[in-house]
Amino acid sequence: MRESATFDRNTIQAIQRAAATGVYDIRGWGAKRALPHFDDLLFLGASMSRYPLEGYREACGTDVVLGGRNASYPLYLDIPVTIAGMSFGALSAQAKEALGRGASDVGTSTTTGDGGMTPEERGQSKHLVYQYLPSRYGMNPDDLRRADAIEIVLGQGAKPGGGGMLLGQKISKRVAEMRTLPQGIDQRSASRHPDWTGPDDLTIKIQELREITDWEKPIYVKVGASRTYYDVKLAVHAGADVVVVDGMQGGTAATQEVFIENVGIPTLAALPQAVQALQELGVHRQGAKGVQLIVSGGIRTGADVAKALALGADAVAIGTAALIALGDNDPRYAADYEALGSAAGFYDDFQDGRDPAGITTQDPVLAARLDPVEGGRRLANYLRVLTMEAQTIARACGKSHVTHLEPEDLVAVTIEAAAMARVPLAGTDWIPGSTR
Amino acid sequence: MDSMTIVMDKGVNRTLHRLDAGSVTITEPNGKHSVAVGLNAPLQVSIEGHCGYYAAGMNQLADVVINGNAGVGVAENMMSGSVRVNGNASQSAGATAHGGLLVITGDAAARCGISMKGVDIVVGGSIGHMSAFMAQAGRLVVRGDAGEALGDSIYEARLYVRGKVASLGADCIAKDMRDEHHAELRSLLAKAGYDDDPADYTRYGSARQLYHFHAGNEY
Repeated sequence: MRESATFDRNTIQAIQRAAATGVYDIRGWGAKRALPHFDDLLFLGASMSRYPLEGYREACGTDVVLGGRNASYPLYLDIPVTIAGMSFGALSAQAKEALGRGASDVGTSTTTGDGGMTPEERGQSKHLVYQYLPSRYGMNPDDLRRADAIEIVLGQGAKPGGGGMLLGQKISKRVAEMRTLPQGIDQRSASRHPDWTGPDDLTIKIQELREITDWEKPIYVKVGASRTYYDVKLAVHAGADVVVVDGMQGGTAATQEVFIENVGIPTLAALPQAVQALQELGVHRQGAKGVQLIVSGGIRTGADVAKALALGADAVAIGTAALIALGDNDPRYAADYEALGSAAGFYDDFQDGRDPAGITTQDPVLAARLDPVEGGRRLANYLRVLTMEAQTIARACGKSHVTHLEPEDLVAVTIEAAAMARVPLAGTDWIPGSTR
Repeated sequence: MDSMTIVMDKGVNRTLHRLDAGSVTITEPNGKHSVAVGLNAPLQVSIEGHCGYYAAGMNQLADVVINGNAGVGVAENMMSGSVRVNGNASQSAGATAHGGLLVITGDAAARCGISMKGVDIVVGGSIGHMSAFMAQAGRLVVRGDAGEALGDSIYEARLYVRGKVASLGADCIAKDMRDEHHAELRSLLAKAGYDDDPADYTRYGSARQLYHFHAGNEY
């Protein structure tokens, strides 16, 4: 038997599913296709011409300051790994609380999502970034003032231009009330902001948010990775203190499969574009008065963190990996996953509210499976490991701070990654598209 | 503090945020943006002239009167209190507002009441296209005409229009005016200072055919 490369088993299954149902497939997670990624980069480490720092003993800083350009209260984070925006609604209240606990334990920030701010999340989050989304579900000025930073969301890596949806089975009474919608209906999150269009308007919107909060809060602008170079330039011109770029491997709670896999560009391709835009504007790595870059979409290990920082990010954000740390796809729920037609390690039906791990659900029985304290502990452990791994690599490259890592520390093992990351193909001085 | 008059300039909003009561007159707004935004106290604020974008944005508790025209997003995301525009309003008036009363004595441009979440809006004149797009809750009263695609993708907001509607958006339909609607409309008009006969109005709302996505109901 020979499997078709064009009509492989996943393609055949998708055609069969479409023919049977007449509706496109909606799922969670993020892009599953193979893409050029951080795996395709390697650090060179120290050598004759580079002097390493000593193992785990010599200091290697990890702190980062975000949003000092205009805000009187920038964020001072202990580590450069933050928690990305995920909504209450998509996630259980327990999961949101656990994210806040874990992030706070290691001195980093977490982020609300489409649907507003919950007391559980605010109460357990030392640094909480409040998302300002097109839907404005649950948006209110009291929470705006309670936030530590404001993130204006234009798009998401999994679905640039796609808006969002939360299917009826997850619209519990509490979620419905927070979003001012009838309980149990399929809820649409708008793809366009309702009161501004284009970068000139965004400038005025940012000014309004600053005026409402007395110029205290850092203001982020988040874009899904697509026309990244231009988007970042426009965001900075509009007045963003921090730009967040989310690559197509970034997660989602509910999006059409065709969208997840076919719209947007990989994180690796977007990051150097963003850095170039910031450099040309003279705001890259300029201390508190510069514009900081946060990159997300497929960050899994300390090596990924280190590579993102080396390419010019000031911090990264994690979403899918954070949920896995809480207990998503845990083998101890193998029987439950099987009953849902899935398996531990494959479960991606975040949209349907029956998550055995109690994370992407509003079912009170399932949600009770997640202990926020234990979940927070696990997330904090994971964040510590990411940080230590990034420090290990930074020391080996002779850096006393993880943000001192630089493109010169990297090479690529594929031509595609070399072209996207703008670092040489290993063993050569060839950067496709940049050098001959 | 009983009353004060201040010229619109940098720092006006900070000044207003520190007040917990009283009357304030803001002069020379000269089309500036973000005039009297983020108010959070029972102030009486009068703005003497035309405002730019987002005047009285996210208002809570305060009663704001704009004696002039208002730019994009007047009273956007208002939570409570009232905003009265004695003039015309640009696009997205009352966008996403959760509560309070917005009165526009003249016309309002496109997207009036877009994504409204509980606010009451009364427009003395006509409104532009795509008004009440994805309107979730609250009431929108239009004494004149409505432009194309009124109430597209509407949820539970109730729309009352006295004049012509150029076209209805997806899932928005005309509905019967029952006694409770006459009473509700009469009350809203009275709050805005009008005494029209509710019988001259047509009610519009959601057909609720888009509440559950399935093949065949995608526009």
